[in-house]
Amino acid sequence: MSTSLSGPEPATQAPGREPVRSGLPRTSRDARNHAPITATGLIVKVVLLGLVAGIAIWAAFPLVEAGMWIGLAILAVTTAGLFYLYLTRRHIPAKYLVPGTLFLIAFQVFPVLYTASTAFTNFGDGHRGSKDDAIVAIQTSSVKQVPGSTEYALSIATKGDPTTGPLVFLVTDPKTGEVSAGDAGGLRKLDAAEVTVSPTGKVTAANGYTILNFGQASGRSPEITNLVVPTPGGALRSNGLSRAYEGKAVRAYDAGCDCVKDSETGKTWTADEATGSFVAADGERLAQGWKVNVGVQNFSRVLTDPDISGPFFGTLVWNFAFAIGSTGLTFLLGMAIALALHSPRMKGTNLYRVLLILPYAMPSFAMLLVWRDMFNSDFGLVNSLFGLHVDWFGEAWSARSAVLLVQLWLGYPYMFLVATGALQAIPRELTEATSVDGASPWQSFKSVTLPLLLVALSPLLIASFAYNFNNINAIWLTTEGGPFAPDNPTNGATDLLITYTYRLAFGAQGAEFGMAATVSIFIFAIVATVSAISFSRTRRQEDVYS
Amino acid sequence: MRIRTAGVVAVLGLALAASGCGSSDSDKPAAQESAKPAGATGKLVIWADDKRTAALKPFAEQFGKDNGVTVEVQAVSKDLQTNFVTASQQGSGPDVVVGAHDWIGNLVQNGAIDPVQLAAEQKSGFNETAIKAVTFNGQVYGVPYATENVALIRNTALAPEAPKTIEDLVAAGKKLKADKKASEILCLQSGQNGDAYHVYPLYTSGGGYLFGTTANGDYDPKDLGVGKPESIAAFQKIAKLGEKGEGALKRSITGENSIATFTSKKCAFLVSGPWAIADAKKANISYDISPVPGFAGGKEAQPFVGVQAFYVAAKGKNKALAQEFVTNYVTKPELAVALYQAEPRPPALTAAFDQVKGTDPDLAKFSEAGKNGQVLPAIPAMAAIWDPFGKAEAAIIGGADPAKTITAAGKTIAGQIK
Repeated sequence: MSTSLSGPEPATQAPGREPVRSGLPRTSRDARNHAPITATGLIVKVVLLGLVAGIAIWAAFPLVEAGMWIGLAILAVTTAGLFYLYLTRRHIPAKYLVPGTLFLIAFQVFPVLYTASTAFTNFGDGHRGSKDDAIVAIQTSSVKQVPGSTEYALSIATKGDPTTGPLVFLVTDPKTGEVSAGDAGGLRKLDAAEVTVSPTGKVTAANGYTILNFGQASGRSPEITNLVVPTPGGALRSNGLSRAYEGKAVRAYDAGCDCVKDSETGKTWTADEATGSFVAADGERLAQGWKVNVGVQNFSRVLTDPDISGPFFGTLVWNFAFAIGSTGLTFLLGMAIALALHSPRMKGTNLYRVLLILPYAMPSFAMLLVWRDMFNSDFGLVNSLFGLHVDWFGEAWSARSAVLLVQLWLGYPYMFLVATGALQAIPRELTEATSVDGASPWQSFKSVTLPLLLVALSPLLIASFAYNFNNINAIWLTTEGGPFAPDNPTNGATDLLITYTYRLAFGAQGAEFGMAATVSIFIFAIVATVSAISFSRTRRQEDVYS
Repeated sequence: MRIRTAGVVAVLGLALAASGCGSSDSDKPAAQESAKPAGATGKLVIWADDKRTAALKPFAEQFGKDNGVTVEVQAVSKDLQTNFVTASQQGSGPDVVVGAHDWIGNLVQNGAIDPVQLAAEQKSGFNETAIKAVTFNGQVYGVPYATENVALIRNTALAPEAPKTIEDLVAAGKKLKADKKASEILCLQSGQNGDAYHVYPLYTSGGGYLFGTTANGDYDPKDLGVGKPESIAAFQKIAKLGEKGEGALKRSITGENSIATFTSKKCAFLVSGPWAIADAKKANISYDISPVPGFAGGKEAQPFVGVQAFYVAAKGKNKALAQEFVTNYVTKPELAVALYQAEPRPPALTAAFDQVKGTDPDLAKFSEAGKNGQVLPAIPAMAAIWDPFGKAEAAIIGGADPAKTITAAGKTIAGQIK
């Protein structure tokens, strides 16, 4: 036997089954600690850990800037932990498990938790930020120019250093040419002799003041925006860097009554913490709301709203039919071609294989759009090529067959590829043995090849099913869920649950992320159940054939 | 063995890179750009779509040079509005954004833009409709630079006379079809799910409306016109043009093929906007532009008028500079002319319009076609209209009962308006 391969292990072990990681935990603790340190290994380790450190530092700055100390702590602990793990010679299993675990947390656990937490909120357009954000937005958007007030020419100035000194507005009244200096304390007139005014009315120099140029001023933009010079009629505000106007915030928030008051009409809108918006007595809501926790409201809406739950069952049935149909048809066609090309009598298999892979090599995004146009009833290639007059996307069943046909074309090369691989792993002796025993090719395929193929391909079929169950592109880029019954524009004949909910969550008055998250949890539950059942069945099947 | 270790370490490296990105919350490309503080020099970040970015760049750079600030124009080629709202929520948005006026309702409810204060003489320099379009809840939220609306573009070789009514148009189109000079009567895009924007002139001519108006002229979301008897009457007229009627409106004519069908001379009439002109010129079609005709004896056909505008981001880092740029620089005709040259839509600034209309007669014709148009509603409720309205249109063109279909659409829309 091939003793040369087996190293320190007993030579009795069958070749190919010896442990490959002879330097790893198999051997004694001593042997592990004395495993040779290779130059390549060391360089790779140094480079990668250096990269880790670099990324951590790069990520730390924005965290510090935003004051996200918890995030920073997590970053520091993770980085330190990684350094410890890969610099020590212990914890060998963790060295293998940690990268995958980090992936899992970053790309699976975190998004799932975030989605789940969003499902309990009203997060969406009009309810994106905090209550404070909404109040600021309401007040700023109500600032109106005081009717009949003057538009001043503005220069930004300071009495001290251009970058830090207190800001002063130097404003020129266009009618009188009078120059005043204004800050938070109010306006006071400046002597005409002390200032130089350009023909456009802007102050270009003033005694005791440094005039900021645009570059300097724009560096202090937030301070300029926030500087409000009180005047009898309202307040002088900057509009850009060269004009000032007398404006007044018509609406203001009053913490005492937790409401927004309009000083012109006297109307008040009281905060409603249940819906995250300011509501007036007559039911009028202010557009700017905030994000609040709405409990299980989204979940109960999915279950009880007849517009949502009504077409749910029909959509679910078609959704299963679509996913099973897409997976099953592509598998059958892919496997049939793989079998044909696997036959030893077939010539030129490589050329065929290259040609068959082509649909797989093209971007499906573009291909779906091309197929959509090919199914156009008047100008499409399909109808003109076959002389048909089928309104493909206009009738329910023709639209369903059309999307399945497109799916078949897009998906069979993948099935062909994996089936070819799996076929090559099935020893020819097995099929030869059945033919010696007098089995027909069909019997041999049915009892030997197909079960062995399925053992290898079942997980892939389940994955393909789960993917197609949520294949939003295949529907959205071709039929957009249509055709729709004339009396129901919310649910079409080819709608999957995902396209249906996409329309629900984003088709109405702005995006409703909370609602979308809720429905995706429902979809997740369905797909997870189906996958779990299929996987447990596969395992039983594997037990039989292995 | 050594290779295996290297592989594992490489995977680890990737994992770390990924987790590093995840925890820094800066996976948006724009986040890095504007995360840097505006600093002593001052920096202005503008977001626009691809075409406008190219036109804006030279002017933005000039503005930067003149004023000693850095101006960056970033192209956001897809979903500009959504990206802007999301980014501004995270504090990584731009200072100025360029987009359509019907975004205003959504941008305001998300607190993403601030009103702009235009002086009276600045306001009077603009086309009146354009200022009306950017006014929302009594405040001006953007500085308009171009208007757009659909018109009837006809191939003068096939149809020398501009039709006065839709009936004339159908008769002319049918004759061309019978003579085998064209294969379609009219290219008005619908597709399987309809197109509310393009069918709107016919809808108004039939007497339909979307929203009533309040006392101060704003659209009123509580007065929904879809599903009302007027809208049913309008769609009964539209149904007569559909596949089971005259065959002038067809679901097979989509946004992708309508202009191409016109330029390949398969139909003599196209309902489209200024964006179709470049293709018509390229195909050497002799064309003319006239208002979309209405039904004989019906009301006037009113297209939607849309306006492209500059907005000041509420959460921008450099609001003072952004206001300066938008109110004092965008209001100059030079920029409007440059943007017109990048894409020929009629400038909203009267001075700029007068400057270019001499060299481009099409502009005046489009402007004429949009003269009686209706400003595309900017209220958030409008978002609920598009999809159900379009689908009802498609179903009716395909032969569904107008009364039943449009009533259902009205119910759906009313259910979605909060």
